[in-house]
Amino acid sequence: MIAINDLTFAYSGQPPLFQDYCLHVNRGEALSIIGPSGCGKTTLLYLLAGLRHPQSGKIIIGDKPISRPRPRSGLVLQDHGLLPWQTVRENARLGLTIWGFYGSDGRHAPADEKLVPNQADQRVDDWLKKLGIEDLKNQYPLQLSRGQRQRTAIARTLAMKPDLLLMDEPFSALDAPTREDLQNFIVRLHAESDLTYIIVTHDIEVAVVMGKKILVLKKGCNQEAQIMDNACAGSTDSRMQAEFQLKCEDLRKLLGSMT
Amino acid sequence: MRRRLNIRAALIGLLMFFAIWQLLAWIIHRPIMPSPLQVLPIFGASLFGDLGIHFLASTGRVLAAIGLAVVAAVPIGLGLGQVPKVNRIFAPLIAIVYPIPKIVFLPVIYVLMGITDISKIFLIAIIIFFQILVVVRDEAANLHPELILSVRSLGAGRRALFRYVYFPASLPAVLTALRVSVGTAIAVLFIAEQSLTTYGLGYYIVVETYQVLRYPEMYAGILAMSLLGLVLYFMIYNMELKVNRYRGEEQN
Repeated sequence: MIAINDLTFAYSGQPPLFQDYCLHVNRGEALSIIGPSGCGKTTLLYLLAGLRHPQSGKIIIGDKPISRPRPRSGLVLQDHGLLPWQTVRENARLGLTIWGFYGSDGRHAPADEKLVPNQADQRVDDWLKKLGIEDLKNQYPLQLSRGQRQRTAIARTLAMKPDLLLMDEPFSALDAPTREDLQNFIVRLHAESDLTYIIVTHDIEVAVVMGKKILVLKKGCNQEAQIMDNACAGSTDSRMQAEFQLKCEDLRKLLGSMT
Repeated sequence: MRRRLNIRAALIGLLMFFAIWQLLAWIIHRPIMPSPLQVLPIFGASLFGDLGIHFLASTGRVLAAIGLAVVAAVPIGLGLGQVPKVNRIFAPLIAIVYPIPKIVFLPVIYVLMGITDISKIFLIAIIIFFQILVVVRDEAANLHPELILSVRSLGAGRRALFRYVYFPASLPAVLTALRVSVGTAIAVLFIAEQSLTTYGLGYYIVVETYQVLRYPEMYAGILAMSLLGLVLYFMIYNMELKVNRYRGEEQN
């Protein structure tokens, strides 16, 4: 699904965050990326989203190297992703509206599917229902809680039928019950489809719940992918088990040893 | 956002306006201060005659100037707001030119652009232009980078970003800037129309009525100019209320 080959990236005037970095992610994989702030985890996600461009090396998603946002990749950020002047429903439909704006040109929008306006509306309403925010569809983001806003952002992304879901700290600003609910939602969705997802987090428990593999980044220059396998990923219910706690302990130690 | 203007308040305001006018007419008791009872019938009759043509000429100039200013200022403002490097170069220049009363360029514009409607429209347009330029620039600069990134991740290129993000984001500020500057625009129009034209409320008020001592007709012209300002102001105000609806019931 994803092949990163010899990636080098630095912000201008700063030492490189990645140098000759290689990473492979299989289709249907669930990957967590964790590391201290400033380690480049968000940067790596933006590189995968096509919003930043490497100085050298290639990022191949599907079978094509990416140079701009890829139509079938979805991105969910921590906050500030919704248009404040549009209702929940209009926001959730925005991806499909932009798709309609360009047509199925394969550059801005998927080329392998024609978009019919009625179907688009239906698709958006389905996701609003699945995410439990159907009743809020005529409200504006300013009237919503953070959790409801994040549900809207997720609905907007899923309405595009992504095969790759990229998430940057999507649950960090949420209260615990909402966070667990949405984590389980994504995990369930992943189990039911062949969706590949990558979640960036600074939270050890989130990383262990969400990632069948956990990629650990360090502050400074990352040259080799440090990946930890994790059999404990899945539902948030497993958190109380000893095995889960041990895994968290392992990850904590690994993070500590790298700084 | 402030409340919608209600009809009762508007009527009370109008009544007070005409009552004070009438009082002044009684106190001053000279031809330069005719009673509204004398002016209003003339206003009503001539608005569908010669005054109406002057009114339309002025309205056309203001609307053309607004259109010209918006079309020029919005894209430039968005560009400056989105590219800080370019903005840093031009910001000092804009800060210096912004407060200059643009009317002083009237003779220069006449010489350069000729004595046509275009030069009058251009003069008014540059006044509105700077007002809009500054607010659109600041509005675009204040958009959250994460918002832009997440909309780009949905596939939006430049055109879609403009259509779905930048334009709607700056619209409320554009309207506010327009509403605030429309008064100045009409004042400048009044001065620009006093010469080198034969149509327009400025010409009507100064040349056709004031200079030949037709004071009641002059007041009909003043009423027409006030009406122009008033109608434009409240039309823009109404649009502002509409585009700001989403701010209505904030939770926190």
